[in-house]
Amino acid sequence: MIKLKVNGNNQQFDGDPEMPLLWYLRDEIDLKGTKFGCGMGLCGACTVHINGQPMRSCSTPMSAAANKAVTTIEGLSADGTHPVQVVWQELDVPQCGYCQAGQIMSACALLAKTPKPTDAQIDSAMNGNLCRCGTYLRIRAAIHKAAEMTASNKAAKPATKASRVGASLLPNKK
Amino acid sequence: MKKTNVTNTNIGRRSFLQVTALAGGGLMLGLYPKIAVAQGPPQAALNPTDFIRIAPNGIVTLTSRNTEIGQNIYNTLAMLIAEELDVDWKDVRLVRPDAHPKYGNQFTGGSSGTPGNWDAMRQVGAAGRQMFIAAAAQTWGVAVAECTTASGRVMHTASNRSASYGELAAKAVTMPVPELRSVKLKDAKDYKIIGTSTISADTKDILTGKPIFGIDVTVPGMLYAVMQRTPVLGGKAVSANLDAIKAMKGVKHAFIIEGRPLASDYPNYLFQDPGFESGVAIVADSWWAAQSAREKLEVKWDAGKWGTQDSAENAKKAVELSKQAAMRTLRKDGDVDPVFSRASVPNDGIKTVEANYTIPFIAHGTMEPQNCTAHFKDGKLEVWSTSQIPQPGRTATAQLLGLKESDVTVHMVRGGGGFGRRAYNDIMLDAAWISKQINAPVKLLWSREDDMQHDYYRCGGFQFMKGAVDKDGKLVAWHDHFVAYGEGNNFAHDGGFQPGEFPARFVPNYRVQSSVMGLGLKTGALRAPYSNSTAWVIQSFLDELAHAAGKDPLQFRLDLLAGTPLPLGQREQGLNAERMTGVLKLVAEKSGWGQRKLPKGKAQGVAFHFSHRGYFAEVAEVTVLANKKIKVNKVWVAADVGSHIINPSSAETQVQGAVIDGLSEMMQEITLKNGAVVQSNYHQHPWLKMSQAPPIEVHFLKTNNPPTGMGEPALPPILPAVCNAIFTATGERIRTLPITKQGFSFA
Ligand code: FES
Ligand code: FES
Repeated sequence: MIKLKVNGNNQQFDGDPEMPLLWYLRDEIDLKGTKFGCGMGLCGACTVHINGQPMRSCSTPMSAAANKAVTTIEGLSADGTHPVQVVWQELDVPQCGYCQAGQIMSACALLAKTPKPTDAQIDSAMNGNLCRCGTYLRIRAAIHKAAEMTASNKAAKPATKASRVGASLLPNKK
Repeated sequence: MKKTNVTNTNIGRRSFLQVTALAGGGLMLGLYPKIAVAQGPPQAALNPTDFIRIAPNGIVTLTSRNTEIGQNIYNTLAMLIAEELDVDWKDVRLVRPDAHPKYGNQFTGGSSGTPGNWDAMRQVGAAGRQMFIAAAAQTWGVAVAECTTASGRVMHTASNRSASYGELAAKAVTMPVPELRSVKLKDAKDYKIIGTSTISADTKDILTGKPIFGIDVTVPGMLYAVMQRTPVLGGKAVSANLDAIKAMKGVKHAFIIEGRPLASDYPNYLFQDPGFESGVAIVADSWWAAQSAREKLEVKWDAGKWGTQDSAENAKKAVELSKQAAMRTLRKDGDVDPVFSRASVPNDGIKTVEANYTIPFIAHGTMEPQNCTAHFKDGKLEVWSTSQIPQPGRTATAQLLGLKESDVTVHMVRGGGGFGRRAYNDIMLDAAWISKQINAPVKLLWSREDDMQHDYYRCGGFQFMKGAVDKDGKLVAWHDHFVAYGEGNNFAHDGGFQPGEFPARFVPNYRVQSSVMGLGLKTGALRAPYSNSTAWVIQSFLDELAHAAGKDPLQFRLDLLAGTPLPLGQREQGLNAERMTGVLKLVAEKSGWGQRKLPKGKAQGVAFHFSHRGYFAEVAEVTVLANKKIKVNKVWVAADVGSHIINPSSAETQVQGAVIDGLSEMMQEITLKNGAVVQSNYHQHPWLKMSQAPPIEVHFLKTNNPPTGMGEPALPPILPAVCNAIFTATGERIRTLPITKQGFSFA
């Protein structure tokens, strides 16, 4: 019997301990936000946090998740108000959207550790997250923006929703 | 730029506005030139009831008829209706229809969403608006001409009266239906929605992990299936250790699928997808159980006639064919041979260049692997599909299962990328068949390996080029012997050549010929099919000739475009030189072409291409580092897709994505060994990583032409632009893709 926490809830699992966490999340407890892309740790679509660390759930057997706390995209916020989700929407990041849960989970883990990442730090944290649609430029912009937003929120300004959503930040086109 | 947001909704079937009318319906743009324009599902009469619903509280629910695969067509189509209906975007909600002829053309591909809906969807909206006006005018006893609309209300200023569409809906239904083709459309200067950036109605669901993709579909009592398809096209599963598989944990069923005869008997895979290949299906109570059981699966295959096919052998065969007389001449102007023979005449000034280009097969690799959920029950079938051509899928599935088409319901679901792969309904057929066999709902999900090894690949080929420039540096002769794949006289699907392709018509002596060799691999449309390889060859070779002529490559192209074009042949497609010149000049200006002295190892390259009705010119600046590592520093794109950019944010991201996709293609190759595909996952067929993605500046040149599509035409020029920059930086010409064949790679 494997015990683990998923998005704050206690869970138990007594199936195949070799089954990847990805399939447990998607098909056993119906959290479909975490995506299957390659099954080999090559694309990052399946990224979740395990004890706060970004991990590829397709390559993490259930046995390795025992007694750990797992956070999925569904656990980031109840209603899409996590700063990274807000910025992702503001900058209109997704195309097909399939990779984006993984991108967001990697970005959140990066920002938790490195609140103001440089481009090089973003590259190294995000390089394992493939985007087949090529949304990288907006992902990069969104991570910078989320970092700024979090910093300015911390700098005493009460974070009202209006000020956070704020002005358009789409690449400035004439 | 202001962005607005709408959400998805599921509302009941109650219609608040009922009108019937005929609309022009869809227009089919060529996914590939051979079948261009003419083909596609038959056009149906559109009924705006199927597109517009207004609730008493003013909420407007619009049906967006195409498949969403990341191009934001979901919003685009609704924006066109909403604009002419004259409602506020904030009041709009979107729904997906099922696949049904009543929606007209639901074809998603060929960048046809915009041009195929620009008139039709605006007319649907405008017809609805007219009916609200008519209802108000009758209620108030005033003239229609005195009424105006704004924000979902009809106003009569003289009497200071107004009513909302919600209030008028019951009456509007009874109004005569305007003829859609004759409805008056807005003056473009009055647009409030077209030209604004709207965020997909699905975005919030994407960002919060809601189950909105095909792979997320769940049906009560659903089982999970995997399928081991024949590794060789046309092969057959003869026997398998089915009893051992069925004894495994969680496995419910295991059986052989006989499949249908070899698909190469079908010249047109697109609308009559033969699909349904032989293999073994395993059905279990979880996908993981089914997939795990597969590791123990032992199948005896009959590989069939393609079991010895090998990429290296094909390449040798191509070289042999290139030395023989070509099988066909596709287009001929003047005579190239006398020009080429002048090269040996002293002081004549003719210079010739010969070069052989090799195009690999490549795979789609959509991030969401192919999947389909099917539920066969009591003689009826329900399917949840991400198909880009769901109506033909419905037809084909009904035929395969021996059902009436009216007994098949195909629900359209958002797809995690398409790029043309979902224009083939093979997975729908397999899922439907399996569901019928087991008489239960089933989700068939492919692994990445299945997906990469059972694709409809971008077709490879070999182009044997020869060209000549005269003493003034003018391009005077162009010859191309295209050794292609196919059968008999037919090119493999999307593996052909379009004889009107530039520089045809602009060179006095021009000849394109082809020879065809056999292929046992399914090929198909992959983002800017045909163009994605042809542009690379043509724009690279053009560059070779510019250098031979001692001309600036951009000026060489402008000079060529300045000529008077020869006529196009019947069914040929060709570019408009004026529009291409426009984007070429714009990209020269924006990139500072020739303005900066770049250090050694750093250079710019230029290329352009016309496809899917769009004009794209691109400049790439690269640095070539030690060990032939390439860093693409920046890309500039100039585009002419007509008079309006319907959704600027989406348009920009489509262009940037296409450029990144094109750069990825420079690293990719699918090869065959013993008739089967060698590459299996992303490590062997990579896509660009974030650190490799350059900044991409996008500039739209608005011209007085109808708006055209954004999904594809930005891709083709980037490959030659980068290869041309690499040549200028290093003196080495890339004539074989992937670039790793010549020792290059992206830093
Ligand atoms: S699915 Fe886990 S890394 Fe690709
Ligand atoms: S948005 Fe489609 S794969 Fe990233």
